[in-house]
Amino acid sequence: MILFRNIRYLDGATEQLTEGDLLVENGLIADFGLGLGVPEGCEIIEATGAVLCPGLVDMRASLGEPGFEYRETIASAAQAAASGGITTIAVLPDTAPPVDDPAMVRSIVARGVETGSLSLLPYGAATRGCRGAELAEYGLLRDAGAIAFTDGQRTIGGTRLMRQALSYARGFGMRIVQHPEDADLAAGGAATEGARASWMGLPAIPACAEAICVARDITLAALTGGAVHFAHISTRQALTLIAQAKDRGLAVTCDTAPPYFDLNETAIGDYRTYAKLSPPLRADEDRRAVLAGLADGTIDAIASDHQPRDADDKRLPFADAAPGGAGLATLLGVTLAQVQSGGLNLAQALGLLTSRPASWLGVASGRILRGRPADLCLFHPARSWRVVAGQLPGKAQNTPFDGRALEGLVLGTWKAGIRVWG
Amino acid sequence: MAYSRHLLGIEGLNPVSVTSLLDLAASYVLLNRSGKTQRDALRGRTLVNLFFEDSTRTRTSFELAGKRLGADVINMSVATSSVTKGETLLDTAATLNAMNCDLLVVRHNRSGAPALLAQKVDAAVINAGDGTHEHPTQALLDALTIRRHKGRISGLIVAICGDVAHSRVARSNILLLTMMGNFVRLVGPPTLIPAGIEGLGVTVFHDMAAGLSGADIVMALRLQKERMSAGLVPSAREFFNFYGLDRAKLSHAAPDALVMHPGPMNRGVEIDSDIADDPVRSVIREQVEMGVAVRMAVLESLAKGNNR
Repeated sequence: MILFRNIRYLDGATEQLTEGDLLVENGLIADFGLGLGVPEGCEIIEATGAVLCPGLVDMRASLGEPGFEYRETIASAAQAAASGGITTIAVLPDTAPPVDDPAMVRSIVARGVETGSLSLLPYGAATRGCRGAELAEYGLLRDAGAIAFTDGQRTIGGTRLMRQALSYARGFGMRIVQHPEDADLAAGGAATEGARASWMGLPAIPACAEAICVARDITLAALTGGAVHFAHISTRQALTLIAQAKDRGLAVTCDTAPPYFDLNETAIGDYRTYAKLSPPLRADEDRRAVLAGLADGTIDAIASDHQPRDADDKRLPFADAAPGGAGLATLLGVTLAQVQSGGLNLAQALGLLTSRPASWLGVASGRILRGRPADLCLFHPARSWRVVAGQLPGKAQNTPFDGRALEGLVLGTWKAGIRVWG
Repeated sequence: MAYSRHLLGIEGLNPVSVTSLLDLAASYVLLNRSGKTQRDALRGRTLVNLFFEDSTRTRTSFELAGKRLGADVINMSVATSSVTKGETLLDTAATLNAMNCDLLVVRHNRSGAPALLAQKVDAAVINAGDGTHEHPTQALLDALTIRRHKGRISGLIVAICGDVAHSRVARSNILLLTMMGNFVRLVGPPTLIPAGIEGLGVTVFHDMAAGLSGADIVMALRLQKERMSAGLVPSAREFFNFYGLDRAKLSHAAPDALVMHPGPMNRGVEIDSDIADDPVRSVIREQVEMGVAVRMAVLESLAKGNNR
């Protein structure tokens, strides 16, 4: 039994921060409210000024395993996740081998259980081998535990194929998750088209490559009645289309990742390959639009979009370096930075990291309600720390936020009532 | 002279440092012409020409510049047909450090590669062209050529024509010429003009007659055949018809306009032989001569600042 005393917690019913105590018993949230008694033999955690929220639910990350263990293993990712207050991760299927077989889905779930600190929810491949040619076995994958279908960092490019994927997935009540970037326009690109990329002499992708893909897929969702989710939305144009689609009542959702509301394309100055991401960082106007989309509810969740890379993947000329940034340890801190600067309120920010992705994924965690799993994150919003590439927990050190000072230190993370960090 | 350890681009130079480099280079022009070539400014120093991309003329120019200053010059050509050879870059850096190389001239087909090497090597790095980013010694030799003919390197109208999008020469020239107070125009089809380039203080034209009108300097850029297969330009003959520098188009420029080209030329594509070989208007051969002098100036300046 654990009693958190004199804390602020995010009440799962009201989605508001409430002062009081919270009791954990048998790995579940037993009770919360003002002035709970102290049961015998109970561990007491007193943390004045701290906030207790559900363990973060990260709806999009790659973990390197299987196939890229030199970048990261599930065990090392679990460490990074725990340090960042994350207790559930939906993992992308474009691994080696890819998650296009029911046995792979079960294996990923089991590997998560083995960590003891992290639930892994596997995405199934949208196409066999994530190669973008033939549909994967959606029904069998769903029954094995796949939560939705995607080709990960690869756009489902063919219009006919995307139509079939949306249509077929609808029969199983499943969504298609798209990396929204027109593949033809994006081929070979390393930065967002504009004065900066022109000046640096980098092959560039016009920002509208995102909106072109989003427009097509919204149209196909309307045609098929299928459900589409757009990952890591990064442009104003795409957000406008998504907001319109939601107004029309289409089954369209989206997420974004911290780099797209915290950084802009100036971060790639001096050919900093740690800031080379996919999609590439955008102009500041787009960054502000993403922040507005979080505040007005157009964006349904904030995901880490964690992509582990090792030094050899990154110490290359910019155009050759692998895109992707580590994002687990910084997911909470960078989101809270927007609370500090007034872009979001705290309850809203936490909702985007917990209850909203949890509802999307259909999992019981992500809300503080009686009887729910005691997946919890205790953090102090005013305590600061500095992101230093090379000193982050876990193996992947390729953070685009190197050197960034953040307020919001994780004091402890609990998985089913067991302390796994702090 | 305020000068950094490397020469990675025109970015990082200022009008004072450009002027003093050009002054030093001008003195080498006279020396080179006098035939008293061998000096000992770089005696005992090692210069490595590290070329990941073939370029006989630039490599030869640096080689000659190094030898005329008394340096030991070594040429290394590293084939990089595959983009995954990037790791070789840092392995090469480690090798060069072990050899105690003083000056490293780098040409690479990827933008930013010399900057990456500069972080890892002890030697002073000179960018001899990186991808579509910069080619600073070319811009300096162009500036020296212009100054010799016009007596100044400011207040001139300079038209840079053709494939600006893929040209590191254009980028370095835009930076240097705008910094020195010239009016830079870019002339080419929209598919070969980089996005957002107006932000660098240049004016864009898509018509040669308008773009060349009253120009003091006309620079033609090389158009590579790949641009046709990539669909950026339909054909060489269409390009030549509308953007190739011939006498008719040149007639719109100032009567004493200079014609320049960084070489190697595609005759009949971006420039007509009639113009390229015109002894009055074309200074293309002189550009090559200025190249050696400018590179001597750059090598000496960096070697002085690099007392190891």
